[in-house]
Amino acid sequence: MTATPTLDRRGFLAISATAAGGLLLTRVVPASAASAMAEAADSIPIGVFIRIEPNDRVTIGARDPEIGQGVKTSLPMLIAEELDVAWSQVSVTQLPLGLEKDSGPMGLRWKYGPQGAGGSTSVPESWDDLRQAGADARRLLVRAAAARWKTDPDRLSTKAGQVIHPDGRKLRYGELAAAAAKLTPESKPAPLKSPDQFTIIGTPTRVIDAREIVTGRAQYGIDTYVPGALTAVIARCPYFDGTIERYDDSKALKVPGVRQVLTMDGPALGAPLTANLAAGVAVLADDTWSALKGREALEIVWKQGPHAAESSADLDGQCERLLAGTQVTKRARDDGDLDAALKSAAKVVTATYRVPFVSHAPMEPQNCFADVRPGRVSIIAPTQQPGSASRVANAITGVDRLQIDVQMTRVGGGFGRRLSNDYVAEAVLLSKRSGKPIKLVWTREDDMAHDWYRPFGHHQLTAGVDASGTVTGWSHRLASASKYYRRSDVEPQDLWTSEIYPDDFPAALIPNLRYDWLAVESGMIRGSWRAPAHNANAFVVESFVDEVAHATGQNPLDLRLKLLGEARELKYGQHGGPIFDTGRLKNVLQIAADRIGWPRLVEPGHGIGLACHFTFGGYAAHAMEVSVDQAGELKILRCICAVDVGQPVNPLGLEAQMMSGTIDGISTALNLEITVKDGQVVEKNFPDYPLLQNAQAPDVEVHIVRSTKTPSGAGEIGLPTAAPALCNAIFAATGVRIRRLPIRTQLKEAGARG
Amino acid sequence: MSLEFQLNGKTVRTEVDPEMPLLWYLRDHAHLTGTKYGCGVGACGACTVHLDGAAARSCTLPLRAVAGHRITTIEGISQGDRLHPVQAAWIAEDVPQCGYCQVGQIMATIALLKQNPNPTDADIASLTNLCRCGTYPRIRKAIRRAAATGGTR
Repeated sequence: MTATPTLDRRGFLAISATAAGGLLLTRVVPASAASAMAEAADSIPIGVFIRIEPNDRVTIGARDPEIGQGVKTSLPMLIAEELDVAWSQVSVTQLPLGLEKDSGPMGLRWKYGPQGAGGSTSVPESWDDLRQAGADARRLLVRAAAARWKTDPDRLSTKAGQVIHPDGRKLRYGELAAAAAKLTPESKPAPLKSPDQFTIIGTPTRVIDAREIVTGRAQYGIDTYVPGALTAVIARCPYFDGTIERYDDSKALKVPGVRQVLTMDGPALGAPLTANLAAGVAVLADDTWSALKGREALEIVWKQGPHAAESSADLDGQCERLLAGTQVTKRARDDGDLDAALKSAAKVVTATYRVPFVSHAPMEPQNCFADVRPGRVSIIAPTQQPGSASRVANAITGVDRLQIDVQMTRVGGGFGRRLSNDYVAEAVLLSKRSGKPIKLVWTREDDMAHDWYRPFGHHQLTAGVDASGTVTGWSHRLASASKYYRRSDVEPQDLWTSEIYPDDFPAALIPNLRYDWLAVESGMIRGSWRAPAHNANAFVVESFVDEVAHATGQNPLDLRLKLLGEARELKYGQHGGPIFDTGRLKNVLQIAADRIGWPRLVEPGHGIGLACHFTFGGYAAHAMEVSVDQAGELKILRCICAVDVGQPVNPLGLEAQMMSGTIDGISTALNLEITVKDGQVVEKNFPDYPLLQNAQAPDVEVHIVRSTKTPSGAGEIGLPTAAPALCNAIFAATGVRIRRLPIRTQLKEAGARG
Repeated sequence: MSLEFQLNGKTVRTEVDPEMPLLWYLRDHAHLTGTKYGCGVGACGACTVHLDGAAARSCTLPLRAVAGHRITTIEGISQGDRLHPVQAAWIAEDVPQCGYCQVGQIMATIALLKQNPNPTDADIASLTNLCRCGTYPRIRKAIRRAAATGGTR
């Protein structure tokens, strides 16, 4: 094999000899921010995000991790808009974690602003400061031009990377950058554009890395190859909180290529989960295959730990017992007099739903490169939280956080999994203990068995309806194992806060309303999964609204609109607040309903379902038409998603996120469940955790509400309403109400029962 | 023991374990990292390459099974800066989100179009490569676009 080592934008190719004597080409990711931003030697920095070359090429630093949500494209668009350049002259480079010294109590501050991907916050958190960064840089370029022309900066305008004099003279940014960089920035923020002046924000823009992705050149964490690094895989204890009883590594060490075997302790029983999650035996080898074969040759006897009897059936039983009782762990909301309302209701409707554990299963399994040296640490990882990766490395090594370099690659899917840096902790531990640079690789089986699962729960819903069809009382009792499991930053009395949001619909819309949480005990590790809490609660609430409508002879659209009432702003105290605008939710619901032609008579075996929800500042509704045949075969014939996230930054990316959330929601509702038996996860790999395939994925018609309101994020809002719209459509088609997810064979079983 | 096969048009000879899946040879030894690891059991297709022109999942293909055969990876698909029509269609339809599975999707599509230049919707639906981001609607559009613009090259 021959290849010519070439320089490219992402790194350089180093050459070393392989054991077999051939050429081994190793791509090395740049080791620091400085090198990442200084690839073009003659480029001039204007602030921390922008570099301009004399040839007018503009490089913009992307600060947040790119996990597929599109922020490596959309955040630089905010800067480019106010900088007033043409998007075609922009290149984007991923920034590393940026921390710098601060005199405050933390001792550190963000160099580039907050860096992370979670809670749909990237766009709303960047909306002001990144546009400001662009505007402030533009003003420096204008001042440089004014100085050159000896005129007042206020007389000058800009367009597409040029400063324009009223007399028609022009100066290119590339000609001005060197002078602009020498000017002292003004303390007063430069004025921002009004939305009618936008030329980039709101323009459909393709994924910035598309060419690298389709040619296989895009760099993910797993593509990190550093000379001298050993590849590590770990045999982790499959039992939650289990440990190593004994092990024999003599056969493993005989596998060619295996260099070292190390044991790792898991977290102490009940201690916060801040580093690695499981006890295990690590095999360090020359390459992945040797490491895997070495792991296979290990002989380990596990100590099963305290949860060895846990099973999904026991968890179901626990939920049933809790919901049958009267004790609650937390009364999260209690408006009016629910008991009286239910007593005096003309009709009381009640139903219980079950939502399973699910896994994140990003396509790129967990991996991390770590190199721990005296006084410094280098990390290259696909992570949603580079700051916490640095914190974890500091806790393990004691190295000053300013000496811990965290490089972010593209991330092959996040969905909340990589908010946790347990795999970073493992790589750092192994590098520290072996004294070698380590590339840790998880297999798919590792990933599925050691996830931070979306919590399991049973939801008991009750509604009281008066003779006129008005819902006068509403109760939501949720028995679940809190997502906030062994979190160092959450007090025991606050465990409920991740499970049920007191201000979620229909709070403040029904006078007598109660939300209760009942704590389930489980040794499963739980965490954030795309649209946390909403991904379960919207399914339950929007299914139950449908049930109430059918039980009381009302049109499900009309009942939702009636519940939402007059368009107005309600206080919303949880993440995504401070306001929940009922008018914006009604609007997306009405759009989805209109697009599918609601109300419409459909042929037998067909049905239309609706759902709407407010998630993390955004408003979404789904309308679906399905058919179910005699054998229970389900087809999604039409799928519409209407969304209002305020000002769309990149409509093409927003549309992609809505398709993504919709298909994720359908995939999960149809087929996905993680079950527990004997204190361990049963599902191993994609064959028994069957993600939706092309053949079952519907086209999604996305309708974006035009708006100039401050944008909210889009990575999660598309998901919560997909499952209830689907299940409401199934009910309309068949009369079968899905109260347990996943749907799997329930329709076939119902068909068989006739 | 050494074995020999064609990799992106060149002969390679290697002495690594013949039981090593092609995937790990490509990534760890040939440093062709465009081919991705997703499941290791041939279920997701992230590791799709061409074996004598047909789509094959390299994570379950031991090296001994490719001896004497022709392997093409994504790195052997575009010619210099000139993209394959399927790659160009992927960009035009803005398919990628996280992008991790897309090389496998593209390799599977190129093999499909070679066999079947005018695929029906059912033919397209027969592709079983997984995408966790749910880019399937745009993948289908891109395949139709590629078919219409000579993706059979």
